[in-house]
Amino acid sequence: MTTKKVTKKAGKKTCTTLKEHIVEIISDSGEGAQRCGQSLGSIAARMGNGIWTTEIIPAEIRPPARSVAGASGNRIRIGSSYITNGGDETDLVVAFNEQVLLGRVNARELKPGCIILLENMWRSHNDQNIVKSYTEAYERLIKAGYKVVEIPMEEECLKLTSNAKRGKNMFALGILCYIYSFDLQMARDQIALTFGKKEKSVIDANVELLEAGHQWAEANIDFRFSIPATPSGKQQISINGNTSLALGVMASGMDICAMYPITPATSASHYLSEAFEKVGGIVHQAEDEIAACAFAIGASYAGKCTVTITSGPGYSLKQEAIGLAVMAEIPLVVVNVQRGGPSTGQPTKVEQGDLLTTIYGSHGDAPKVVMAPATIEDCFYSVITARRIAETFNTVVVILSDASLSSSQQPFDRPQFSESWMAPPIDQSPVPAGAKPYDWDPVTGIARRFIPGQPGGMHTVTGLAHDRDSHVAYDPDINQEGLRARSLKLAALQKTLLPPEVFGAPMGDLLVIGWGSTKGAIEEAVEGLRAEGKKVASINLRFLQPMQPGIKEIMQRYKKVLTIETNWSDNPNDELINEDSRRYSSLATLLRSRYLVDVDCWTEVRGQPVKPRTIRQVLLAKLEK
Amino acid sequence: MKLSATKQLLDLYKEQSALEDYQSGVPRWCTGCGDNAILTAVQRLCRDEGLRPEKTVFVSGIGCSSRFPHYMKTYGFHGIHGRAFPVAEGVKMSRPDLTVFVNTGDGDCCSIGAAHWIHALRYNMNMTVFLHDNQIYGLTKKQASPTSPIGTRSNTTPRGSYLDALNPLTVSLGVSNVSFIAQAVDWIPETLYEIVKAAYHHKGFSFVRIIQRCPEWLPKSLDPWLQDPERVQLLHHANGLQISQGLSRVYKNQVEHDPLDIHRAREIASNTDIIPVGILYQNREVACYEDTRHSGALRTVEAIKKNFNAELDKYSV
Repeated sequence: MTTKKVTKKAGKKTCTTLKEHIVEIISDSGEGAQRCGQSLGSIAARMGNGIWTTEIIPAEIRPPARSVAGASGNRIRIGSSYITNGGDETDLVVAFNEQVLLGRVNARELKPGCIILLENMWRSHNDQNIVKSYTEAYERLIKAGYKVVEIPMEEECLKLTSNAKRGKNMFALGILCYIYSFDLQMARDQIALTFGKKEKSVIDANVELLEAGHQWAEANIDFRFSIPATPSGKQQISINGNTSLALGVMASGMDICAMYPITPATSASHYLSEAFEKVGGIVHQAEDEIAACAFAIGASYAGKCTVTITSGPGYSLKQEAIGLAVMAEIPLVVVNVQRGGPSTGQPTKVEQGDLLTTIYGSHGDAPKVVMAPATIEDCFYSVITARRIAETFNTVVVILSDASLSSSQQPFDRPQFSESWMAPPIDQSPVPAGAKPYDWDPVTGIARRFIPGQPGGMHTVTGLAHDRDSHVAYDPDINQEGLRARSLKLAALQKTLLPPEVFGAPMGDLLVIGWGSTKGAIEEAVEGLRAEGKKVASINLRFLQPMQPGIKEIMQRYKKVLTIETNWSDNPNDELINEDSRRYSSLATLLRSRYLVDVDCWTEVRGQPVKPRTIRQVLLAKLEK
Repeated sequence: MKLSATKQLLDLYKEQSALEDYQSGVPRWCTGCGDNAILTAVQRLCRDEGLRPEKTVFVSGIGCSSRFPHYMKTYGFHGIHGRAFPVAEGVKMSRPDLTVFVNTGDGDCCSIGAAHWIHALRYNMNMTVFLHDNQIYGLTKKQASPTSPIGTRSNTTPRGSYLDALNPLTVSLGVSNVSFIAQAVDWIPETLYEIVKAAYHHKGFSFVRIIQRCPEWLPKSLDPWLQDPERVQLLHHANGLQISQGLSRVYKNQVEHDPLDIHRAREIASNTDIIPVGILYQNREVACYEDTRHSGALRTVEAIKKNFNAELDKYSV
């Protein structure tokens, strides 16, 4: 997105009006940069700005201090209006040491000429090696054209606190509030909220540091920005994708969540353990992923639909049990917050690598519903929808979130609680005489399930092939009938879905298809190209199985179709790769096989959310080809 | 017609069940299989205790013994190999009002599901568990199981199994929160029934290992114990089982054992020359996980809505 700059003189200082800016705060792990970043994001959101925050997380809990791979912090894209993704490179960065900064430089995350606010305590450090590495890095950054501003954060903080390491983040927040012309009182309020659980003295000390940073910046920084806000006028909340999922679990009326700790999914369960249990919900931390899934299935079988929350490796372990739930027709919601794979892969990084294993996974034909939220708001509503589908069709619904949604924050309209979201009480009425536990409807395949406690409904559910009485089937026709019924349920659900909305040109040269968290970045790139007169459009698929109607018809309105995903696909320019050998991305594979349309794909698996600028270049190249 | 609550309760009290009310289908187990003895004892228990079929759930894994729920006219859950415990835990957590039984075999419980077994003991949820231990994989046609005695010839160990057998009793007695461990044998139906009954009445995770014969794959392996009653040791105590006179005439090897004494229980369990039969350990004081976890908070729509909105307030911008 282009940045509109209007420079005004305010006294002796210039205040530049921006449409948007990307700010990063990075430190060693444990120095509080994440809290500083989150607070800055919240303050911006309170100002009415659009924001998208992204956590910068090292893979280790305590990486060595001052290490290139150890950057921990937060990246906040602040805009005048609604922001749908993390954007491109960073415009301004606050770094508590030069090493973590170099990590970001090496990862090409900083914009050319980016403003760097750098802690300068290292220049006068006792260790000559540190002094040397600092001065060398400083020279390198200056030479590379970055605008480096050295800041005596340690020195200034020591005037107020004996442990500067624990106060620097609020001092930095004060500086940033000054630079971005944020209301200082809003910042004070935000600190009071952030440290709400702590004593007043803690809040006061942090407010003092905030004010000191603000004053220091006012006296020493010669530039200032303003990003005029366009408040939505509606009440909004700002949360990350995992909190959003967890709130969805609470609002859906589910009673039990069974889980096993795994990055990056666990924070959803952390949140539920606090908030859900206040109203009698239960989070069961099982002994392993398989047990978590089996526990959820047992709980669903005897009561309301249950949820289990995991990530890729855990999802693989659950696969056999998921097949059981499909076979026995027990409602179940499985959340997979995808991370880099295969194997342990990149636990804290984003990838969309689990689509095909989700659709085709578990052995045999195990049809299940697969949904993908595209935004943080979607994460919330997806759980409510998933619960309802699971109980209506007595099947498994998988929600594919990812590490980008899970740890990013974005404000959205505050959900207005509706009783209709909630699971109804379980049926405990007597089963009519002659009714069978699997009385599959010949058209939809749906059968009403009998729940323990219902008189007359006694039967044994089984993962073995079974007939309408749930008796083990030895007749080949019965197996055929059971598979048909379970498959038909997807077709029945498909009839209720709406076509995807086309973003951009209603017809033209290029259609981009994505799913999940890439929606915002894709649409931003499409919007930019549209403004330049290109005939491009995009759709985002919320349902991956069954697929929404009308997709083929939409594809046929464009000359070229391309998917953008963050999973693997072979590059057609590689020497060995041709039409015989090329492995397409997950969604492209699905679309090609279903619609017989020549869908191309572009993917990357760098562990980072794909940037709008990157997509723009890909689309331009595809348009020219 | 509206019935008074008292009248309904009285009607329930008068309701008598017959064995047939709990029987479903004809078991497809081999003639002489110990599973038949267990099924009979359990159906008798259901009748004698007047368990309501719709409020009773039998959960099993995979294996010969895991066919058990199909032969009960109650609710049943015949799941996947090794995972009977977590399924049963989910059922119990979701519905503490249901009576939950678990049928599992030596492969299901002690091999593929061993992790769940250890943790199930530790959760101590209120359910009654029967380990149908015939020391062999039956359904897959004769492979050594973890409880096969060393030297057991099977299709995967044609020259005899290599490892000492795992002892389910000592393993169980080593887990924290263990609350009820008993052992029975299929060929003494009287104590089998008494132990099943005591297990049912214990509130907590009642684990009964039942040593049973497999006439198909290991027809003679238990002969030394069957032919020599001295090698079966009956445990009795005022707080445990009492032994009938009739039984005492055959089984003279008896020892008084207080089920609260876990150290002595471990000693008894370690003896593999003789088979101890009875209640090895019982502690009624151990809390059940489902009781610990159910906060008692009412899950009303109003309460959930209030909590939900309070949470949203925290994130309002």
